[in-house]
Amino acid sequence: MKNVKMTLGILVITLVTLTVTSCNNGKKDHYGENYHSEMTNHGDHGDNSGMVNESKDDNMMIKGEKNQEHSKVMASYLELKNALVADDNEKAQNAGKTLMKDLQSFDTSKYSAEQQKELKDILMDATENAEHISKSPIKHQREHFKVLSKDMIDMVAITGTSTTLYQQFCPMYDEGSSWLSANKEVKNPYYGSKMLKCGRVEKEIN
Amino acid sequence: MIVAFVAIQFIPTERNQSDMVPKTDFVVANNPPAEISALLKESCYDCHSNHTDYPWYNKIQPVAWFLEHHIKEAKAELNFSEWNDLSVRRKNSKLRSIINQIKDDEMPLWSYTLMHRHAVLSEAEKESIIAYITEVKDRLP
Repeated sequence: MKNVKMTLGILVITLVTLTVTSCNNGKKDHYGENYHSEMTNHGDHGDNSGMVNESKDDNMMIKGEKNQEHSKVMASYLELKNALVADDNEKAQNAGKTLMKDLQSFDTSKYSAEQQKELKDILMDATENAEHISKSPIKHQREHFKVLSKDMIDMVAITGTSTTLYQQFCPMYDEGSSWLSANKEVKNPYYGSKMLKCGRVEKEIN
Repeated sequence: MIVAFVAIQFIPTERNQSDMVPKTDFVVANNPPAEISALLKESCYDCHSNHTDYPWYNKIQPVAWFLEHHIKEAKAELNFSEWNDLSVRRKNSKLRSIINQIKDDEMPLWSYTLMHRHAVLSEAEKESIIAYITEVKDRLP
């Protein structure tokens, strides 16, 4: 009897492993569709990106030459954020995939040695979270989105931003969680339609 | 079919059995209470460390292949043996994931506990691991 049970167990494990491994390759990505939407939208919401916070003049000086990569990452992140706001699991998965690629192709060589070290740490962490988001149900996506948002906030502190960003905060989700948005109006990515307006603007980042 | 089954029994697999516990090991680095160390080793370390206590059926192919692949993936996700090599940021990420995975009953994997009944975590054990991991997370600089 015991043997029968064990043989059955092996069969089940084999099947599960097969299913799990094959699922990962199941969905072909169709990323790259309008990841700039929020960035371009942004112009409609009182754009003042020309007028910037003086205290960050270091970043401002070099912005023009190296903002390409972090803008791309930010655009994908915002795409992901919007998908979570819309409770759209599949769209968030695709955005996670795009974000993962953008993070991986981020070239840090133009930054100082110290910034590079920090950036690489951020990018590695963010990549892992984006990867999970690209293949998880929405509950998990939101858990990883919290950590990812912290990574993005720290990234922007180093890279600066080419468009105005709003750091927003929801006190309810997991003892308080932040995220970034290109729009001042709060739309909560942690709760989506359940509590769309929950949260406040913590900081305006220029 | 039978011939193939017999033939694959002779193909060797890589064994995940380092006898040395490195300084970077989670338990060595954090020195948790004995109860927690025991739980982690019993329920997590077989896949998430450099030392697996293999079950008897690992001697049978293709099971050994599946386990090898599975352990490789598990270690890429989280390797307790190399814990202290991680940056504070990455530790924070991993600790959060550990908490969520245990809370949601995603880990230990049911396909693992199916054959390792002693690795099943009771509600009380889950609570004490989560409390301890939260403590480690809150202690991060």
